[in-house]
Amino acid sequence: MNRLLAAGTGIFAMLLATFSVNAQGQDWQTILDDAKGETVYFHAWGGEPRINAYIQWAAREVERDYGVRVVHVKISDTASVVSQVLAEKSVGKATGGAVDLIWINGENFASMKTNGLLAAPGWAQTLPNWQYVDVENKPTVVVDFTVPTDGQESPWGMAKLVFMYDSARLDTPPSTLRELMDFARDNPGRFSYPQPPNFYGTTFLKQALVNTVPDKTVLSEPVDDAGFDEIVAPLFAYLDELHPHLWRKGRAFPKNAADMRQLLADGELDIAFSFNPGDASGAIANGELPDSVRTFVFDGGTIGNTHFVAIPFNSSNQAGAKVYANFLLSPMAQTRKQEPEIWGDPTVLNVDALPANERSLFTSQDLGPAILAPEDLGPVLPEPHPSWVSALEEAWTERYGSGSE
Amino acid sequence: MPKSTGRPDIATVLVTILLAGPVLAGLAGTILPAFGYLPVLGYRTFSIEPFRALFNMPGIQISILLSFGTGLVASILSLAIVLLFTAGWSGTRTFVRLTRFLSPLLSVPHAAAAIGLAFLIAPSGFLVRLLSPWATGWTRPPDLLILNDQAGIAMTLGLVAKEVPFLFLMTLAALNRPHIRDFYKSGASLGYGRMSTFIKVILPQIYPLIRLPMLAVIAYATSVVDVAHLLGPTTPPPLAPRLIGWMNDPDLSKRLMASAGALLQLFVSGVSLIVYLLLERGVTLWLKSRFESGHRRRQDAAARQAGLWAMSIVVALMTVSIVLLVVWTTAKSWWFPDVLPQRWSLARMMDSFGTGGPALLATLLLAISAAGIATALTLWVLEGRGFRKKPRHGWLNTYIFLPLLLPQISFLFGLQTLFLGADLSGTMEAVLLAHLIFVFPYAFLALSDPWNRLDPQYAKAAASIGASRARIFWQVQLPLLLRPVLVTFAVAAAVSVGQYLPTLMIGAGRVVTVTTESVALASGGNRQVAALYALLQLVIPLSGFVLAALLPSLVFRNRAAMRLER
Amino acid sequence: MPEALDRAGLTLEAVSIHVDGAPLLDIDCHIPPGNILTIMGESGSGKSSLLDFIAGFLKPALHAEGRIFLNGKNLTDLPAQERHIGLMFQSPLLFPHMSVMQNLMFAIPARVRGRQHRKEIARQALEDVGLNGFGDRDPATLSGGQQTRVALMRTLLAQPMALLLDEPFSSLDQARRAEVRELVFCQARKNDLPVLLVTHDEEDALAAGGLVHFLDNHKNNNGCSKVQQPQISIAKR
Repeated sequence: MNRLLAAGTGIFAMLLATFSVNAQGQDWQTILDDAKGETVYFHAWGGEPRINAYIQWAAREVERDYGVRVVHVKISDTASVVSQVLAEKSVGKATGGAVDLIWINGENFASMKTNGLLAAPGWAQTLPNWQYVDVENKPTVVVDFTVPTDGQESPWGMAKLVFMYDSARLDTPPSTLRELMDFARDNPGRFSYPQPPNFYGTTFLKQALVNTVPDKTVLSEPVDDAGFDEIVAPLFAYLDELHPHLWRKGRAFPKNAADMRQLLADGELDIAFSFNPGDASGAIANGELPDSVRTFVFDGGTIGNTHFVAIPFNSSNQAGAKVYANFLLSPMAQTRKQEPEIWGDPTVLNVDALPANERSLFTSQDLGPAILAPEDLGPVLPEPHPSWVSALEEAWTERYGSGSE
Repeated sequence: MPKSTGRPDIATVLVTILLAGPVLAGLAGTILPAFGYLPVLGYRTFSIEPFRALFNMPGIQISILLSFGTGLVASILSLAIVLLFTAGWSGTRTFVRLTRFLSPLLSVPHAAAAIGLAFLIAPSGFLVRLLSPWATGWTRPPDLLILNDQAGIAMTLGLVAKEVPFLFLMTLAALNRPHIRDFYKSGASLGYGRMSTFIKVILPQIYPLIRLPMLAVIAYATSVVDVAHLLGPTTPPPLAPRLIGWMNDPDLSKRLMASAGALLQLFVSGVSLIVYLLLERGVTLWLKSRFESGHRRRQDAAARQAGLWAMSIVVALMTVSIVLLVVWTTAKSWWFPDVLPQRWSLARMMDSFGTGGPALLATLLLAISAAGIATALTLWVLEGRGFRKKPRHGWLNTYIFLPLLLPQISFLFGLQTLFLGADLSGTMEAVLLAHLIFVFPYAFLALSDPWNRLDPQYAKAAASIGASRARIFWQVQLPLLLRPVLVTFAVAAAVSVGQYLPTLMIGAGRVVTVTTESVALASGGNRQVAALYALLQLVIPLSGFVLAALLPSLVFRNRAAMRLER
Repeated sequence: MPEALDRAGLTLEAVSIHVDGAPLLDIDCHIPPGNILTIMGESGSGKSSLLDFIAGFLKPALHAEGRIFLNGKNLTDLPAQERHIGLMFQSPLLFPHMSVMQNLMFAIPARVRGRQHRKEIARQALEDVGLNGFGDRDPATLSGGQQTRVALMRTLLAQPMALLLDEPFSSLDQARRAEVRELVFCQARKNDLPVLLVTHDEEDALAAGGLVHFLDNHKNNNGCSKVQQPQISIAKR
């Protein structure tokens, strides 16, 4: 009986899948028709002129090809957009929201998802270019900081924590967390990390946590308050030891990754880091970092994730938003994004599975002097559950950010 | 203040509703969540839990002390510098020369000033580069805690650099009244030194006009976000930037605590105002007791030099900061310890002019509309009051200045909800309305004194030859006040351009100004672009001030009595 | 030329004032203690600029040459507060934020010690000009004549060594005018002060009883004063 039921369900599921593929083609045409003439307000962090220029370029392309106008709303903090959508929901604004598309991942996504601020699940998989997404080898395209995306956000690019150093000042960069400590001790004031709750600062904490925690499996579960102190004890022991040797002795911190990169360029720091393996190459090409800057990672790998675009529940331009999201996934847009001088952000697509023409776009790319070959980039360590973020941030602030030491 | 009797005029009532209505409604929108009521997140019962959470935040006491200390110290220091300099040098050539520098500096937005200052004084900044490595031996930037120091010294300095020009301009306006020169002479002929005369004779007369701007400065400085973010301490930060962080936390339940924090901010700013008023009272009493002593302090050269130095340093810091911004806009690579950039590039600038065009246009449109409406409304209120000869409505005056004395963040989040509820959010008109709330009080502040000082005989003379009220206004009063009206317009435009949070929150990101752009860009590390937008922010108010300075000279080029007395 | 003169009184030695390089006036005179020199002239003739120069307030736009001596001491380069020259203006300019008593005590030199003692001096001064009991009043509540009398006593209490009067009676009505004027001149003589009076009222000049000089307002009149006195020569070019 059970077996029969299972078989029946399986057949039903197959039928449904076939049906939906057919329906998808028709649906997409409907979406394209709906999208024509829409204006999509794309709220995306605007702190990097290169990325802004890329967003502009993509906007021009979809306007020309699909008649969708995309306006890049440059923001300084994604969380402020979450606030905006929340404020709209609080006054019952269920349509005509100010935000049509948002650049997002991790904690912000989790927050919007649990508070019902996102458009209905499943739309991401209906995008025609979804077929090229590398779901198999890049599991983070469907699991965002351990939270299933449920098709409520469409992947845009891959991020992986990489470190940058100036080879003119530093011969051999540290390759483990321990070596980083030795480096900091030998070169006081030349290493720091952005202050949590800055995204990059928190990422450094997570990396250090992954490297110090004995049993990594606890990290994929929500934080258990009872065991928290014990789990993070080695991490904070490490930080306690590290902080006296930090830049400004840990009394001030870089504001964000870009600030840290600037400090590397100025020679205040010897090591900086980024979530974009192509960042250093791009910055060199744009004169923002000296030519001698190179990239390194820790033995055993570094934390990696995916960044996405999502549609709020009350957007009235969802069709246009989907058209733009689909374009961002196209091989053409994805190769261009990977170009170091353009942005240098790795693709979410499965390059090997692409048609030959599209594949050649990727394989012929020169990724610049400071980028690591894929084989040197090391394994990708998964992000902990989002609840670790605020738990770590609070614990950090209590220890180092409250002026109480 | 005199109690209101009779009905206030329409203009005053309208303006009061326009200003105080949204502010009070916004405040209510902060109070409810502060006491645990935020239905959209499922909080439907009142409690003091948000306050408990707030006071359990690590380092909250230090944050409170920082907001209070830096704000109050910076404000008092700014006033002291302005008064010391004015006392020692008013009426001299040096004074006239520095005045020319100071007025345009008023148009520098806080954020731009802070960015420029950071370029200047950071360990890898311009000053260290000038001396390195030849004098200091530093081939790499020293690891010195200059910016973001834990005591908030850099932040205080940044605030002082910005508040000095404002308070100075207000003092200058207050000094612009009949007989001030003769009072100086009077003091000196009785044997009093220049500074003694100023402090004992002039200051008590003009201080009432400086007091309100000073209170506004304190309210602002104790709740400042952008300067704190750029120059202030971070371990922990002052209260205001911290609660902006909570308000924007992805964990939405932190909003309750953030609202409680906004009320705490209101309390901290309020206490700062009270402490200042107590200090003021003490100083006034002490000064009064000195009136009769006959001490003349003829030898005040040292104090005068101190005033000159303090003011010169502020002017120099600001000027060099702006020059550095200009250099940065064309610098592609500029690494330590080079005093000038290694590589130059105009490409970024050209790019930004292209993409920044619409933002600049929107900024200009908002600034001109807001300044125009605010100035017109101010004139309307003032003209109405003068004509009716009614007692001034004391409590209405208080409401007019409410947006100046309440920290923005204490009511802005409620205001956002209000605008959303009225389905006004995200439009140019809504942003304009929000700007007006903050622009009008400054316009009123800048224009009411010149208006009240206008000799009523002119209007009487015109009326006696049969001129209508409208004609008196357009052909007599307005032309006579052209200069202060234009300055008011420029001040109002500068305030409009400086609005970041209101533009962002009411504009819902759909109304983009050079200010919102520059903050977004400053969140990245590209100094070239950050500098460029900081300068763009400066262009509009600066041209306003230049216009306000040039236009009357042009219109009245043959009217000796309309020229500014030097 | 000597750095100090061996004679009492106020001496203006070859004083000339220029505006933007164009001469405004020339004067060379001596006023002995207890004497009043009256200077008459129309508006714009430079009367006020002359007083400004003597008292030490010359506007930056003006340029002056010549020297000023008071009781033999060269004042020319001293700051205003160290010249010990009392000044009375067209309006009394009582400090509006102080009481009448405070206005007077403000003027008494600090070397006069003791609050009660200082107060007594001020009270006596009020009595001298018939304003007994006005000490606690707000200056704004006094009549013009009363204000001028307080202003006079304030000037005298600072113990000046010379007096400059810039049309101090012009704001008073006819009846009060003579009375207050007599009071001022009387006090000046009593204190043996050299007085320079600027006025455009001939009655003032007459009442002053001293020498009278006219500043000529004709811009093209070159070099000659209308009246020549032995120790004084004034010219308005």
